[in-house]
Amino acid sequence: MIRLEKRPQPSRAWSWATPLLAVALTLLAGGLMFAALGKDPVAALRTIFLDPLFDPQFAAYSRPQLLVKAGPLILIAVGLSLGFRAGVWNIGAEGQYIVGALCGAGAGLALYPLEAWWIFPMMVLAGAAGGFLWAMIPAILRIRFNTNEILVSLLLVYVAENLLASMAVGRLRNPEGGGFPGSRNLAQWSSSANPELIPGTGMHWGVAAAFIAVILAYVLLQRHLMGFHIRLAGQAPRAARFAGVRPAVLVAFCLGVSGALAGLAGIFEVTGPSGQISIDFNVGYGFTAIIVAFLGRLHPVGILFAGLLLALTYIGGELASFMLNIPAAAIQAFQGMLLFFLLAVDVLTNYRIRRGRTVTP
Amino acid sequence: MDLTAISPALLVASLMVGATPLLLAALGELVVEKAGVLNLGVEGMMIVGAICGFAAAVQTGSPLAGFAFGALCGAGLSMIFAVLTQVMLSNQVATGLALTLFGLGLSSLVGQGYIGIKPPPTVRLDLGPLSDIPFLGRAVFSHDWVVYGSIALTAAVWWFLNRSRAGLTLRAVGENHDAAHALGIRVVAIRFAAIAFGGACAGLGGAYVSLVRVPQWTEGMTAGAGWIALAIVVFASWRPARVLVGAYLFGGVTVLQLNLQAAGSALPVEYLSMSPYVVTIVVLVVMSARRGARSTAAPASLGKPFHATV
Repeated sequence: MIRLEKRPQPSRAWSWATPLLAVALTLLAGGLMFAALGKDPVAALRTIFLDPLFDPQFAAYSRPQLLVKAGPLILIAVGLSLGFRAGVWNIGAEGQYIVGALCGAGAGLALYPLEAWWIFPMMVLAGAAGGFLWAMIPAILRIRFNTNEILVSLLLVYVAENLLASMAVGRLRNPEGGGFPGSRNLAQWSSSANPELIPGTGMHWGVAAAFIAVILAYVLLQRHLMGFHIRLAGQAPRAARFAGVRPAVLVAFCLGVSGALAGLAGIFEVTGPSGQISIDFNVGYGFTAIIVAFLGRLHPVGILFAGLLLALTYIGGELASFMLNIPAAAIQAFQGMLLFFLLAVDVLTNYRIRRGRTVTP
Repeated sequence: MDLTAISPALLVASLMVGATPLLLAALGELVVEKAGVLNLGVEGMMIVGAICGFAAAVQTGSPLAGFAFGALCGAGLSMIFAVLTQVMLSNQVATGLALTLFGLGLSSLVGQGYIGIKPPPTVRLDLGPLSDIPFLGRAVFSHDWVVYGSIALTAAVWWFLNRSRAGLTLRAVGENHDAAHALGIRVVAIRFAAIAFGGACAGLGGAYVSLVRVPQWTEGMTAGAGWIALAIVVFASWRPARVLVGAYLFGGVTVLQLNLQAAGSALPVEYLSMSPYVVTIVVLVVMSARRGARSTAAPASLGKPFHATV
């Protein structure tokens, strides 16, 4: 009989190996899924994971897209990982991303067509504030009324999506857009544009912010009392209470930081790659970032790599739907599968697998 | 706005139709949570039930086959969750989220060829003279069997949890799994069964959305109904009768805002569309605030991993 035996402490080797094992298993299962769809699995996986980087025809376009897509994923996931470590579940990053973009774009468009250097920084601040305030709703409800933050933050995503639809056809609609929904193009207005900083790399301010967030989160978790409290609250909630960790502060901090970072990701997206507030500018980064956070083992550096990998699945997925006629939804299922395998093999980090009968100690 | 365009009898009738998927999904989740398991994958199981039920009904031409297959697929998907959380001891919150993300992707993948098709109609039960009663006949007594079945299921779940030995065992597992294990109760087996029941209910609810309520397949059509179902369980303080009240309340809000949209309300459509979610949040806050410091009605072992050491 196979049974599990709890390790005294999580295995360091396995905590490195499980994400890789999960990726390998997902490739295998994904190949089976593509075969079931009637596609050549090897060709499909090659198109998704290798062609965007190495194909002479597509790589020139695809490589910069890697950072463009990884930027928001990493930015959001770093914020989420803090809360996930502390047992504060913000799963509404998609809503904070939308509201951040709306606030930032609204603040900028109020000044159109003024040209000034400070408009873009101000929009970025407004975006962070928007995401922060949207995340404060579940935070305050949790602190004050003990309302479940998982449900509230998620339900607010639907509220935010409706708010976005209302803004795109109402307040923020381009008055010169011929009645079409969607705002003015923010990427083409030089005061609000978030351009590529180094041509041909896809590097824009949002990507830079993501790298900075990774470094700051690393420092926070390793060197600061708040980071210690976050880790303590997640690993030993009772001990955390005795150590003087104030749960209210922790909830507000984790939700606030993740909301602000999601808001930042939103404003960088609408001023850069997406260019405008439109009904469907949000493509689910807020949800994919949950997978990124777990794949990165809630560690800032791990999240950096996980974000790049998930960005690759987005780009490769587009390429595969274009080249091999694989439906875009297959990639979403693929990403979900990755999270399943990751959670499944994680058992190896915390438990040992033993054979034979149970021995009563 | 023209409020006379809203017929009260039709409003009540569509309220019952609108509430049924919520009721089914919430009843399933209630049993799962009573067994001490928090499955946040309701939305994913519902949407998979919606497309699988729709596909089966279209292929066979029988709505009954559609409902059965929808429930089966919901239960099948929930087994992934069961294996991960009960055998691999993964985090229940994360695994439930994964189930929702995977379910949304899988459903739009399966649904590729089903967009724009009409499903075979589900027949309404002929209740004879009852259906001819002036107001009530149209409002209450002219539905399909799933509507009445879901109400009967509420009573059945209540009886099971409060009056049967098996229900007592299930609640024991949910309140204290270590004590239940020490008594020789097979905790994991019971939880597997509860999770499968929850999955089947969510799948059935999803199939009802695509086969009766809408009736059509569109991507992401459950639109948060699974999350509202989770909120209903909290709203109901884990009691079946209150789940019924909650489902009809939230179904009512959804139906009312749709009617107001159709009647040309002064409020923009988007603000009406967000109202069910806002109402859900407000009700959650009121419920959690009212309970205050008093210990909550939630099962004591809810969401905690169970690892038998002996």
